[in-house]
Amino acid sequence: MADAVFLALAVITIGSAIAALEMRSLIYGSIALMGTLGGVAGFFFLLDAPFVALFQIAVYVGSIAVLILFTVMLVKRELIFKKIEDKRRKFAGIGLMLIIMVSLGAVFLDSGIKTITTDEPAPNFRDIGIDFVTYYWPALILMGLLLAGSVTGALVLAKREDVENDQRAS
Amino acid sequence: MTSELVDFTLVSVALLGIGIYGLAVKRNFIRMLFAVEIIINAANLNIVAFGRFLPHSGGQTMALFSIAIAAAEVAVGLSLIIVAYRMYQNVDIADFRSLKG
Repeated sequence: MADAVFLALAVITIGSAIAALEMRSLIYGSIALMGTLGGVAGFFFLLDAPFVALFQIAVYVGSIAVLILFTVMLVKRELIFKKIEDKRRKFAGIGLMLIIMVSLGAVFLDSGIKTITTDEPAPNFRDIGIDFVTYYWPALILMGLLLAGSVTGALVLAKREDVENDQRAS
Repeated sequence: MTSELVDFTLVSVALLGIGIYGLAVKRNFIRMLFAVEIIINAANLNIVAFGRFLPHSGGQTMALFSIAIAAAEVAVGLSLIIVAYRMYQNVDIADFRSLKG
């Protein structure tokens, strides 16, 4: 059964996920999203995957959340606080969420994974490194190219053509 | 190791439900990106949990790939938000009906 640390992490993760979507201000919402991402990193620690957890903290909490915060700051002030949604859609969404949670949860609780436990040691980061440079090396190279391509694409997309370089400097 | 696999999968299901709720209800582009992030994290949590209980190192390797690709996706998504905001002065997706170049 779940222990206290697990329950606390679950409350933090799920609560701040709800807060990220429901907070009035987008800035507080993105800070709450940081809470969700950090909570998932805590789950990775519980799952004996410290390497993935630190990667999650470095990439998600460190860069993605900060990138989102900066984008929010570029948006007009009244749009940050404006809530655009209608009531009927919201009730339908809550219904959809409950249907998904209850049905998938019932499937998981009814299935055989309830009895799965393990006493074997967790795979350590040495195995992951060996995986990366042996079996998955083409994927690793592709991932590097994809990251470089996406960053270049993001820069090209966000570039302003109507502003000259000397105007930008002043 | 006192928590079981089913606990982690239940948390993952809850995060997935919240993410789908956000995608279905919200019309703010940035909030929809939040929802996508939550769904990706639910998937990563599931992958690492199953990898821990098999046990197999492939789960963690796959989660690392998934995190890196999510970073690329967010970079492109945020620059799309900036472009769309510059064109329409709004982040409401109902206004983005004619996304021409």
